[in-house]
Amino acid sequence: MEGMNVFAARLFPKDNRFVSGHRACQGCAEVLAVRLIHQILGRNTMVASATGCMEIISSSYPDTAWSIPWIHVAFENAAAVASGIEAGLQILMKKGRMPKRKINVVGMAGDGGTADIGIQALSGALERGHDMIYICYDNEAYMNTGVQRSSSTPYGASTTTSPAGKISIGQQTWKKNVTMIAAAHNIPYVATASPSYPFDLAEKVRKAAKVKGPAYLHVYSACPTGWRLDPKLAITIGRLAVQTGAFPLYEIENGKLKISVKTPKLRPLQDYTKPQGRFRHLDDATIAEIEKRLFEEYQKLERREGLIF
Amino acid sequence: MEQRLGLEASIAIAEVVCRCDVDIVAAYPITPQTHVVEHLSELVADGELDAAFVPVESEHSAMSVCCGTAAVGARTFTSTAAQGLALMHEILFIASALRLPIVMAVANRSLSGPISIWNDHSDVMTERDVGWVQIFAENAQEAADLTIWSFRLAEDRRVSLPVMVNFDGFILTHTIEPMLMPDKEMVQAFLPPWEPLLKLDVDEPISMGPVGIPDIYTETKQVQQHLLTQAYGPIVETLNEFAQHFKRTYKPIETYRSDDAEVLLCTMGALSETAMEVVDRRRKQGQKVGLVRIRLWRPFPFEDLYRAVGNVPVLGVMDRAISFGGPVGPVASEIKAAFYHREQRPKIVEFIAGLGGRDVPLSDFGRMFDSLYTTGETGKIPAPTIIGLRE
Repeated sequence: MEGMNVFAARLFPKDNRFVSGHRACQGCAEVLAVRLIHQILGRNTMVASATGCMEIISSSYPDTAWSIPWIHVAFENAAAVASGIEAGLQILMKKGRMPKRKINVVGMAGDGGTADIGIQALSGALERGHDMIYICYDNEAYMNTGVQRSSSTPYGASTTTSPAGKISIGQQTWKKNVTMIAAAHNIPYVATASPSYPFDLAEKVRKAAKVKGPAYLHVYSACPTGWRLDPKLAITIGRLAVQTGAFPLYEIENGKLKISVKTPKLRPLQDYTKPQGRFRHLDDATIAEIEKRLFEEYQKLERREGLIF
Repeated sequence: MEQRLGLEASIAIAEVVCRCDVDIVAAYPITPQTHVVEHLSELVADGELDAAFVPVESEHSAMSVCCGTAAVGARTFTSTAAQGLALMHEILFIASALRLPIVMAVANRSLSGPISIWNDHSDVMTERDVGWVQIFAENAQEAADLTIWSFRLAEDRRVSLPVMVNFDGFILTHTIEPMLMPDKEMVQAFLPPWEPLLKLDVDEPISMGPVGIPDIYTETKQVQQHLLTQAYGPIVETLNEFAQHFKRTYKPIETYRSDDAEVLLCTMGALSETAMEVVDRRRKQGQKVGLVRIRLWRPFPFEDLYRAVGNVPVLGVMDRAISFGGPVGPVASEIKAAFYHREQRPKIVEFIAGLGGRDVPLSDFGRMFDSLYTTGETGKIPAPTIIGLRE
């Protein structure tokens, strides 16, 4: 695979807390991200999951893929439920009703559950400063309900509610930048990550778990089913997303931005859009327009690098 | 030990919540609930209540936070009203399905629109079917007592369900009344620490809130229905224990001078006390009128209702909400349904009163009783009437 570093499985902890037998689609990079993240976080972790793909595929009663405490309440409130778990654990430890120990509290949702319906609960939880990790698994549309557009769907992508048609290019709005919205809460750690860069992902998860206070991870989650992508390309596409600037990897630690995978010269966007059915209808002019925008966005990141904001 | 104090029902509730040693209060301010959460914030700020106050950004998140805190085994309290309760709607079903013993005081208020901050029961009637135990208080003492009792019932392993304590906005929330406030020792002798049967625990991991495929969804609903109806036994039992401990008795359905009554009026909440005054006056004039006061709304105490109503020929039902385009009064429709299969059933007359803070003076209750007598004499049941409507 082009540009792929050697993935040394032995560098990841063996303790797998998200086990096989779940119902994810073939080539789902989101479920891979979930597994890798929980290999890092380990057994002292509790998860509040939003409604969505990961909840549906992992918890069909009486089966469960979770061997750590896991709760699903509703769609828009993963951040609120996680903040409740954190507040509950803190007070019970303070009152001596349970032994004091470090427990990672994780709220997880898709891009719909984060950028759209869950953004209020997320903002509230981040503002209140709970010691928790919020993870947005971004597959850029409502995949669980059948590929409807979200505010995280990229410009030009065809979805079932932003279909490309005779007079439409598909999604006509630009992807909402939830990572920067999270950063605007002045929380100690914010990062984008991708299972296509497993070691970078692992490092970011470790940092997110280590900081005191809220951490936000925005994880690129290739969806072969929704993107009409060959499942065997799910990892490759994640690397192309970084190399073309479609999904840059960076972190903001205590307000300081650092680009994680530097891409001095962005690859042509065609390399990223071509394998994906959701972009296949786009003409050269539109691709060029998107390319220009992604280039500008990447430049903005470069300008911000090292600055405290 | 109990101390005689003059307190708003709101402050009384906050004070007993403090004595219940709750771990978490997660709430969002809304009139007329504000005094409850303001006072709880003060108690936390002064270190009198060793709890975390989670100042959420909405009621939806308030109930969501409560689900998270109760899931890890923290004793959890919240309070809301009207639009706030409506915003929680979605999560209320889930809290009961997850069997989380959250206690919530609802300062009953009308629903928008038009926006109205004043009292009626349209908020709670909309949440009738959420699977919570629902109980009504008539005064500050009851609001406080039933809050203490709610924790005991909710955490009873035979029940393990959330409980809603309804107390009328402004009429109770903002009115100072004399009451007996038990001290912490007395409350805690009645309410032992909560030991959850199941909780989120890294040493014994469980998955909560999984997908219910068609193969099991029906069974989960059957279990919920069974649990809530079977909660009746523990409800009566714990209310009796409350009576032994605090010397104040509460029953699922209460009556007032109903034994030899010719007509009965069914009420719920604080206006029952006004109705009692009218009953006394009418009795002095020789009219044998009485009251049936519904305290426990869910699970609905059918047998208690039949006993309370007895053989009375005419029963009026005063509703504080409207089921639009349907059977008009939600409580009346429930009571009609309860009597449908009974051989012995009264003529049921529906009244709607006190919507959106409209006063229900003594004279309005007088009109209701007059109407009940007319129904008895003519045998004709009038159409549902909105009492106090301006022409």
